[in-house]
Amino acid sequence: MATLELRNVNKRYGSGLADTLKDIELSIDDGEFLILVGPSGCGKSTLMNCIAGLEDITGGAILVDDADISGMSPKDRDIAMVFQSYALYPTMNVRDNIAFGLKMRKMAPAAIDDEVARVAKLLQIEHLLGRKPGQLSGGQQQRVAMGRALARRPKIYLFDEPLSNLDAKLRVEMRTEIKLMHQRLKTTTVYVTHDQIEAMTLGDKVAVMKDGVIQQFGTPQQIYNEPANLFVASFIGSPPMNFIPLRLQRRDGQVWGLLDSAVGVAGSAHCELPLGALEAGMENREVILGVRPEQILLGAVEGQPSIRAEVEVTEPTGPDTLVFVSLNQTKVCCRMTPDAAPQIGESLVLRFDPDKALLFDAQSGERLGLLGKTSAAERASTVTPFRGR
Amino acid sequence: MPKRALSLSRVAIYATLLAACAVYLIPLLIMLLTSFKTPDDIRTGNLLSWPELFTAIGWIKAWDSVGGYFWNSVKITIPAVLISTLLGALNGYVLAMWRFRGSQLFFGLLLFGCFLPFQVVLLPASFTLGQLGLANTTSGLVLVHVVYGLAFTTLFFRNYYVSIPEALVSAARLDGAGFFTIFGRILLPMSVPIIMVCLIWQFTQIWNDFLFGVVFASGDTQPITVALNNLVNTSTGAKEYNVDMAAAMIAGLPTLLVYILAGKYFLRGLTAGAVKG
Repeated sequence: MATLELRNVNKRYGSGLADTLKDIELSIDDGEFLILVGPSGCGKSTLMNCIAGLEDITGGAILVDDADISGMSPKDRDIAMVFQSYALYPTMNVRDNIAFGLKMRKMAPAAIDDEVARVAKLLQIEHLLGRKPGQLSGGQQQRVAMGRALARRPKIYLFDEPLSNLDAKLRVEMRTEIKLMHQRLKTTTVYVTHDQIEAMTLGDKVAVMKDGVIQQFGTPQQIYNEPANLFVASFIGSPPMNFIPLRLQRRDGQVWGLLDSAVGVAGSAHCELPLGALEAGMENREVILGVRPEQILLGAVEGQPSIRAEVEVTEPTGPDTLVFVSLNQTKVCCRMTPDAAPQIGESLVLRFDPDKALLFDAQSGERLGLLGKTSAAERASTVTPFRGR
Repeated sequence: MPKRALSLSRVAIYATLLAACAVYLIPLLIMLLTSFKTPDDIRTGNLLSWPELFTAIGWIKAWDSVGGYFWNSVKITIPAVLISTLLGALNGYVLAMWRFRGSQLFFGLLLFGCFLPFQVVLLPASFTLGQLGLANTTSGLVLVHVVYGLAFTTLFFRNYYVSIPEALVSAARLDGAGFFTIFGRILLPMSVPIIMVCLIWQFTQIWNDFLFGVVFASGDTQPITVALNNLVNTSTGAKEYNVDMAAAMIAGLPTLLVYILAGKYFLRGLTAGAVKG
């Protein structure tokens, strides 16, 4: 039970090389579940090793319960870790694997037996206690690895991509179990993954990393709905967010973006999106419009901009069908219910909710704040939607 | 498939294998037979003839002349093998799991030790032993063998430990184990195959060594290889081939025994880490 705070943490290997971690700043409360997510090589595992004390940081501080632990050795930090490869001791049976950390801490043998029994019951591995790791399946090894971490009752759990070696079905099961476990035990947890679904489903807080820099730190909803930049927007969400290049235009003191589906029906192949009040420098600026596939809806509705487009490809996934059209010469994915899904070559009417649309700077990739967005009522009077399908 | 076993290619394979066996086993057979013959029998009969009378006189005489040196060899070999294996394991553990700045360079330099011919180190080693006051002592020979063997044992253990995931050490560190606890409780129990390789390798090297033995020991401290040489090369009196053969067998038996007892580990250990999974 502890809070964790990283202050300006830096990590650099050797000398003269680039920083592996750059000014990492984040903090989580007691009992929170923090996800570190990012592509391979983004530094998320390094950061975890730094928290565990397996690697030294070259700048900044790591605080647990407001006490700086960055100079402590791993065994004094009271942190337990579950490794991607599980790292079970191959010559010891499951019981000894779980008990090893307790023996090292000079716990009384009777207390160790009690603790092993408690953990084994919790993880339903009582029947495996006498086996060696080599005799266990991947999922069972995973449970033992978690048991070893649980037995110590540490202040903080670290999980380093614990599910990546499991098959797809088991991964989903264990994901739910980890979430249940955390809800029950309420221990502060840091969890590294490159799987954005794990990030969204498990985390109280998510830190998206790239090249050793935290791109965004927030709740899963914030990360999903208000991504800080193009990288976060593209990394979180499956299928990924659509990015449509636009040139901003000025009319009636507002900013507008023009979409063009190049379908040969006069007047309906264009759509003007109201994108907020005009700010200095916005005019004629090249930007990227970000729209999630589920935010593009079928059929026109009064007061919302819409456009006619031709279906190029459909991908039925089961629960949804992904429909691909071209807007501004860019492939755009729309998520639809299978019943409503059109055929290839069919032309259909799509509508957008301008409130949910995001704008990104084409050069820097940063999200542009849509300050002074017009209210829905105001917009209704200015938009002339295309009617009918 | 009893019929297919007799196909031409099978016969050829077995014939080749038998021929190879014969090449290695016939000298051994000749030695054994000769060692049990009387000197007269040896002079009159041919090499492969069966002894007219089996006698242990050759073995008894051989043990009388080289028995003491046999124990010298034991006293040199066992500590040297154990110390060099243990130190090699520790070195390998550090080089694989606790890399430090320059550890790769250190390992590279250490590897040079594997390519150093015995003759090159004779003078420096003799000077060093003299300075340490260990010249012509059993401990001196043990020291030379440990130092010379370290390059090999370190190489064996380092390469074995490199194939073990570092996460194991990380997990043990988080569990609260220290440097030696991790070594003793986690890694050593996993090292049985490579320990066997090391023991066999070092035992063979040190037991069979002649050059260091003849240079760094004299008189009562000489190992059996040197004693055997002195016995066989003696130019006084009649040649007692039965005694020579018996003494050679006594000198060779321990290594033979080690191979028979631990040979399967040797193959297993040498190929460990070569194939993943």
